[in-house]
Amino acid sequence: MRLRELGRGSRRNALQRLGAAAALLTLGGCGRRDSPEGPLNFWAMGREAEVVAELLPAFHARHPDIRVHVQQLPWTAAHEKLLTAYAGDSLPDLCQLGNTWLPELTALDALEPLDQRVDASAIARDDYFAGILDTNVMPTPAGNRLFGVPWYVDTRVLFYRSDLLRAAGHPTPPQSWAEWLAAMRAIRQRDARSYGVLLPLNEPDPLFALALQQGALLSDDDTRGAFAQPPFRRALGFYAGIFAERLAPAMTNAQIANVWDEFARGLFAFYVSGPWNIGEFRRRLPRERQGDWATAPLPGPDGPGVSTAGGSSLVIFKRSQKKAAAWQLIEFLSDPATMQRFHALTGNLPPRRSAWRSPELAADVPSQAFASQLERVRAAPKLPEWERIFQEMQYAAARVVQRTQGIDAATTELDASVDALLEKRRWLRTRAAASPR
Amino acid sequence: MTRSGIVGWTLAAPALVVIAVFFALPVVIGLALSLTDFDLYALADLSTSRFVGLDNYLRLLQTPLFWQALGNTLYFVAVGVPLSIGLSLAAALLLNARVAKWQAFFRTALFAPVVTTVVAVAVIWRYLLHTRYGLVNHALATLGIDPIDWLGDPHWSMPAIILFATWKNFGYNMVILLAALQAVPRELYESARVDGAGTLRQFTDVTFPLLTPTLVMVGIMTVAGYFQLFAEPYVMTQGGPLRSTVSVLYFMYEEGFRWWNLGFASAVAFVLFLIIFTVSAGLWRFDRDPAASRP
Repeated sequence: MRLRELGRGSRRNALQRLGAAAALLTLGGCGRRDSPEGPLNFWAMGREAEVVAELLPAFHARHPDIRVHVQQLPWTAAHEKLLTAYAGDSLPDLCQLGNTWLPELTALDALEPLDQRVDASAIARDDYFAGILDTNVMPTPAGNRLFGVPWYVDTRVLFYRSDLLRAAGHPTPPQSWAEWLAAMRAIRQRDARSYGVLLPLNEPDPLFALALQQGALLSDDDTRGAFAQPPFRRALGFYAGIFAERLAPAMTNAQIANVWDEFARGLFAFYVSGPWNIGEFRRRLPRERQGDWATAPLPGPDGPGVSTAGGSSLVIFKRSQKKAAAWQLIEFLSDPATMQRFHALTGNLPPRRSAWRSPELAADVPSQAFASQLERVRAAPKLPEWERIFQEMQYAAARVVQRTQGIDAATTELDASVDALLEKRRWLRTRAAASPR
Repeated sequence: MTRSGIVGWTLAAPALVVIAVFFALPVVIGLALSLTDFDLYALADLSTSRFVGLDNYLRLLQTPLFWQALGNTLYFVAVGVPLSIGLSLAAALLLNARVAKWQAFFRTALFAPVVTTVVAVAVIWRYLLHTRYGLVNHALATLGIDPIDWLGDPHWSMPAIILFATWKNFGYNMVILLAALQAVPRELYESARVDGAGTLRQFTDVTFPLLTPTLVMVGIMTVAGYFQLFAEPYVMTQGGPLRSTVSVLYFMYEEGFRWWNLGFASAVAFVLFLIIFTVSAGLWRFDRDPAASRP
């Protein structure tokens, strides 16, 4: 299929095209087209893939004619598997997709727009948390289109030691940056062996959440970095200030052997983390500490702040020959009742407000911070290069924290490397503007 | 062409075709790819890939992470190769000693790591190297040494990888060196003893010269292999901590299959090829010693 495109372009590019085409052939040597009668191929990742098998009998009861074949991908290999499968034309019919990967696969034009199917179904868009649904909306030449249906959500909130906070004279969790700093200072003052917060230096998410609260990180229609601009510098200043005051240990995840042990021991009072840690805290903290931890929405510069909009979506691939059946499975998995069952099995938080009305979720105290945070989440910039920029951002922040660079130098250098990464994007823009189709 | 020439070419043709299709062609395509900016966008629409000449190579030389990766790889090669070959030689000498018992058993036992799967034994090594529960730190503790965060501390991560790779690979070279040792004629040792040479002298003047060609061959293979360090950091550390175990090949893998910059990644591959080629060519020079003829 892709070879056919060889004929179209100019001769000048013939060599590159040949090389590229051969590369595609080598990469995806074993491409395979499914017959329309075969089972529905569904790729899911990690634990979700195991659990989805338990949900399927209910689906089969409703749709006895659709057979589903679930294939489990490990998270660490999923990204490259998807891209090689794209190159080799062996993508499944539908897939669980981390919502930060949507821009990449939309750039490849691999995903099926779902707007019409959603509008014709019982899936109500306004039932979803707006920030989460927004991560699935991608700009296309024909306007904004919805390419995925959120399956479960992920965001970052504060986990904290309520006993330590109370003992330090702060009975309620902080809502603003100033309150947060005051609480951390009080904790450090009370006991010099404990830190205010753990912000692992290799984790970009906490800094990213703080930066989202301040404003745009890219400029010129997402073709240049804006990290040297005041919004990001304020976030980085606050982040690096926490380390400069020794309110956080300058450590990576690998240096902390066991986060839960250290949290139970009181090495730090705050931890910025995601929904999976509700379950982990219950499992791994000692029994006598179970009453001493709580969650709270992330503080913002002047009051409750926004956080990251993560999670996984369900997508249908454009080349699938069983889109109708795939959509029926998505509809089934998006049903509030199925979502509640899914939450009971995995602890994954549902993206639909109506699914949150289940007694288990409504009565679950640690989840409430997430419920309130999910009303205030903001999508990451939607471009394929974002994952990489995200990493670069954290390397720059680590340099500032370890004092090998100042904020000025680090953000200028970061902008330079981001601008270099986005050169292709700028070129594509100019080219598209020069030759309107 | 003569009749025998035709027959010869016909018989060689299948092999030549295989070499051309599966070796020469990919290399040429890789080279062509390294002159383009083939990336994710080009995967979707080939017309977006541009011919960039040597830009990828120039950019590579200005990428700090590449130099760090090269430094890490050189560290691994410079320490790992002598350590690995030294260990192989020591093990081979022990196994070749006349007083050694259960030679077959030890030969198999020492060779066993070579035939294990990297991924599986990496899991075991991660347990061994665990900061708090690992056997390695446990053993160090009995010597009064504080626990070392082998895979979490940027200073110790590469030594840990070197230890693992050496353990995994020394058996292979050991078997080759053992074969070479067994081929040394016993008479040479007898005459050396008659001339009054001690054990050390016998090793430096008889064993070592006769072993040189094998050692050079083993050295070249090991150097070429060690420059392509990938699986160990991929499984054990994912390049961390603080990128202290990112090797050139790991860097190439990330560029190519994580960020999908295939043009740039091909350039990395060619630079690595040139480095290995140069170093191997340098090693061949050691084999020019006229005194060292294959036993």
